[in-house]
Amino acid sequence: MASIEITGVSKSYGAVKVLHGMDLAIADGEFIVLVGPSGCGKSTLLRMIAGLEAIGAGTIRIGGAVVNDLAPKDRDIAMVFQSYALYPHMTVADNMSYSLRLRRTPKERLGEALAETARILGLQPLLQRRPRALSGGQRQRVAMGRAIVRKPKAFLFDEPLSNLDARLREQMRAEIKKLHRSLGATSVYVTHDQIEAMTMADRIVALHDGVVQQVGTPLEIYDRPANVFVAGFIGSPAMNFLTGSLSANGAGAAIRLGGLTLPVKLSAPSAAEQPILLGIRPEHIEVAEGPDAPIEARVDLVEPMGVTTLLHANLGGEDLKILSLDRPRLVPGAPVRLRFPEGRLHLFDAATGKRIG
Amino acid sequence: MKPATLRRGAYWVMHYFLISLYVLAALFPLFWLLKVSVTPEMLLYSEGVRLWPSEASWEHYTSVLRHTDFPIFFENSVIVSVMTAVGVTLVASGAGYALSRFTFPGKYWLVGLMLITQMFPLVMLISPIFKLFAPLHLTNSLTGLIVVYSAFNVPFATFLMQSFFDGIPKDLEEAAMIDGDTRFGAFRKIALPLTLPGIAATLGFVFTAAWSELLFALMLISKTDKSTFPVGLLSFISKFSVDFGQMMAAGIIALIPAFLFFVLIQKYLVRGLTAGAVKG
Repeated sequence: MASIEITGVSKSYGAVKVLHGMDLAIADGEFIVLVGPSGCGKSTLLRMIAGLEAIGAGTIRIGGAVVNDLAPKDRDIAMVFQSYALYPHMTVADNMSYSLRLRRTPKERLGEALAETARILGLQPLLQRRPRALSGGQRQRVAMGRAIVRKPKAFLFDEPLSNLDARLREQMRAEIKKLHRSLGATSVYVTHDQIEAMTMADRIVALHDGVVQQVGTPLEIYDRPANVFVAGFIGSPAMNFLTGSLSANGAGAAIRLGGLTLPVKLSAPSAAEQPILLGIRPEHIEVAEGPDAPIEARVDLVEPMGVTTLLHANLGGEDLKILSLDRPRLVPGAPVRLRFPEGRLHLFDAATGKRIG
Repeated sequence: MKPATLRRGAYWVMHYFLISLYVLAALFPLFWLLKVSVTPEMLLYSEGVRLWPSEASWEHYTSVLRHTDFPIFFENSVIVSVMTAVGVTLVASGAGYALSRFTFPGKYWLVGLMLITQMFPLVMLISPIFKLFAPLHLTNSLTGLIVVYSAFNVPFATFLMQSFFDGIPKDLEEAAMIDGDTRFGAFRKIALPLTLPGIAATLGFVFTAAWSELLFALMLISKTDKSTFPVGLLSFISKFSVDFGQMMAAGIIALIPAFLFFVLIQKYLVRGLTAGAVKG
């Protein structure tokens, strides 16, 4: 087990810069999830930690030692690939023991390690099979086994669950998390799936265009997104954004949305009148009646999802999604009254996208 | 019977009829080769056109093996073809892997250059090659033939091998490198075993090309003891007569190595030619 420190790491492919001077310290035993849309540089960073990609600038340390010029084989890390990358011409047992055999592990110890790993992952009956005779989930497990068996300094996961169907993904998600709890190994997990990020991470690193947008625990990121990108990326269905302006209002401040004014508690608005983006999560909008619900919108679409109902509404020309646990009896075209609880509002600077307050 | 069943039956008959027609047409010359080779000399012209002689004999085979230089030609051909096939496949595996996996300066031009070598009719190149080889003592030498055959086969074989390596996910070697292998170790233990079908296909392709090559063998070699069998076959045609019986017997014998070779590699070959056709 080891910590991983990334200092000022950049990477360009020709004129295209994919990572802009990134800093990140991963503690020993931590489970870090790198999340972001495709092309944000998350896989590149992972491959640089693994040694599969040259480091453009900056340094990467694993367990305190700089690994910039070390070959992958000398970094003592394990990686689980999206494609699983199982050696098709070898049995499951050979796949899993490949690294141990390369390290000339004594036969006895190799056998023990293999048996132990197979037991943890429930792979005992499959050891003599070839990868092609396994199902997707089993292949995934073997890929995990191949990583676990050698007890590396750190685990790297490159979207390991994206080739599985939804149910299996959910199950493997929990299994990987449990495995991490029992092994306590430093893990870096790359995904574009924000649910995986939320459920598995000790800390999430949200990446966009090669720049770290925010680092924090899943709930920190969810509750206090640092900017519009993070706010929109984390959470499903995604946060609603409405354009408006923020102005001083006596002691506090108020938000103006079209003809609507919402009071907010803000220490001091920076300018007299400032254009903003108002963010509110679909599950935080309340469908209500009476003077308590001052906002009136029109229902466009009702999507019953069982546990919740997703309403698409139109508020002054802007699309609004509302997630409701009650089952509001609404039909498309009907008016609906809404309330935005004050504590649930996220304010972002319209120009920079940064969080206000 | 239902019309659908009837129609399917009719298709089946048609299907196999056409295939048999093709196989028949393709194999008939081979059959004729065999038929003439076992027809005794005295019956060759006297019996008219028959599918099988009234009496068969091995006399042509024994005289080819005992009284002609054919065994030497045969041996020369085996040496040249095996050396070419093995050499070319080794080079093409390495080159194909490099083209498939690495980016390096000049790669684009290198590929273009290799493609250009395939554009010229061989006949055009005979005199310059002869001119180059004579002072190097590579004419009248099996080494010279191996060099020429290798040079002409390496580009195509490289492209062939490259396409096989392209079909193997990069992830596999990366996984091996992370598992603790070197780049070369990953190539040898992961990529190479997975390209066995490709290697077999390349070996087969180059072997047959070298085995049946006539033009260079004829032009670069004038001594009997260095001739290969395609040239040797021509020696059965003299000014006044053609010894069909011996020529056909020699032809049958010459088929044997190629036949054995393909029997050996066919398992890989079939996989190789269809590899990547379906997701496996």
